[in-house]
Amino acid sequence: MRIAGLLAAPMAWLVVVYLGALLALFITAFWTVDDFTGQLVRTFTLKNFQEVFSNPAYLTTVLRTLGIALSVTVVCLVLALPLAMFMARIAKPSWRPLMVALVLTPLWASYLVKVYAWRAMLQPESGVIAWFLKPLGLSGPGYGTVGIIITLTYLWLPYMILPIYAGLTRLPNSMLDASADLGASGGRTFRSIVVPMIFPSVVAGSIFTFSLSLGDYITAQIVGGTTTMLGNVVQTTYVTNLPFAAAVATIPVVIVLLYLMAVRRSGALDNL
Amino acid sequence: MSISRGTKIVVSILAAIVLAFIYVPLGVILINSFSTDRSLSWPPSGFTLQWWGKAIDNEGVRSALVTSIGVAIVASLIALVLGVLLALALGRYRFFGREAISMLVVLPIALPGIVTGIALNNVFTSFLGGLTMVTLVIGHATFCIVVVFNNAIARLRRMGGSVQEASADLGASGLTTFRLVTFPLLRSALVAGAILAFGLSFDEIIVTTFTAGPGITTLPIWIYQNLFRPNQAPIVNVVAAALVIFSILPIYIAQRYSNADETAGGLI
Repeated sequence: MRIAGLLAAPMAWLVVVYLGALLALFITAFWTVDDFTGQLVRTFTLKNFQEVFSNPAYLTTVLRTLGIALSVTVVCLVLALPLAMFMARIAKPSWRPLMVALVLTPLWASYLVKVYAWRAMLQPESGVIAWFLKPLGLSGPGYGTVGIIITLTYLWLPYMILPIYAGLTRLPNSMLDASADLGASGGRTFRSIVVPMIFPSVVAGSIFTFSLSLGDYITAQIVGGTTTMLGNVVQTTYVTNLPFAAAVATIPVVIVLLYLMAVRRSGALDNL
Repeated sequence: MSISRGTKIVVSILAAIVLAFIYVPLGVILINSFSTDRSLSWPPSGFTLQWWGKAIDNEGVRSALVTSIGVAIVASLIALVLGVLLALALGRYRFFGREAISMLVVLPIALPGIVTGIALNNVFTSFLGGLTMVTLVIGHATFCIVVVFNNAIARLRRMGGSVQEASADLGASGLTTFRLVTFPLLRSALVAGAILAFGLSFDEIIVTTFTAGPGITTLPIWIYQNLFRPNQAPIVNVVAAALVIFSILPIYIAQRYSNADETAGGLI
């Protein structure tokens, strides 16, 4: 009885407002819009999904978005490893809280402002990167796919650093010592001990970097130039053709759910 | 430790580069806000405080700021109440569907913002007759519940149940126990959760674009609308710099009220 009282209001909110809205959207994905009247046609059809996967323009966008999300995840991993390694294994333990705060702080800085910052960084000709590279005879990436990857990496990097850092601090010294005693080189110890031990952390981090990148559209708008992602398709079509936008919006959600299922099956999250 | 000296030096240098990657863009935002240039160009040709003055006097910026603060306060208060109720239920009792509920709370920030955005937009326009200030607040409160919930449940777990049991053994009713035992122990975690919810709402742009009624401009929306207008660049730079400063403040305050892992738990 008590529990019903505690749950009533929050569940009413989350189920009615949120889950209800999600379900409605999902159902709408199987409807269509009448071309002449602009009215919803409430009959079940797979037309919207067929359109996405048969139209080369949309298919390219799906693949591009996947490619961007994967690239962001890989770049995040490459950048997160040395910093997490430094925090967990090289810096004095008394520095750790400060280092964690340094990594966490940018997460709370406004998302839009961080993307805007990269607009200033990436600006062709007069941006910070172009200014930095000019003496070397190089030009910056400007606005486009590379710009999107850099910006999304910047946005989600802390989500990769923190789990890897946590994984590395849990790594027992005795294990590394044992490996060295048995004659393994530093590289061998890293490959055979450190990598398997932090793999679950990497997977945990990748869930954030991958799924947050998949659904993004503001970044592409601000630093993408003419490059578009799935989110941009949703954003430009939802007013005139909500069923189609809904169908496109379910694609990243389904990909993320498939990824989560694969992760769960691999058992990578069991000992996290 | 089996890390060689050479490896240590290389890793430390790489770590420094990554930290620079994290902080240089924020620094550029702050520096640009003092630039005399009218466009977004680097390096600045000179420094001035005039844009800060102009931004403070800017009518659009001011009213957007008031809107943002108002929405964030109401949304985080709603999230506070719902989040605490949920944490008390899930922290205290074991029941069927408990796992599903804890998944459901995270969903609004786990799913892409655009999915939450158009889902709410669809429901609000079909059933509530359009977008207003109320729909904006509902949208924000929905994704803010999770930070309050995470902070509260982390604290409840650490607290254990023994103090409440002791209180009940001494004859206190459930409500008295909550008032005199649970709530005082929970208070600082709730303050932290509410501050983080405020920060989350204050900065949000995607759900905001899809749930705000016509003409309602929050600060992120104001930036977004003026981002591509070249002559507005100096004011946008100042607003961006101010947002960096003011969005980082809450985590320092929140951290004073909770443990670092609770603060991190707000987002992760």
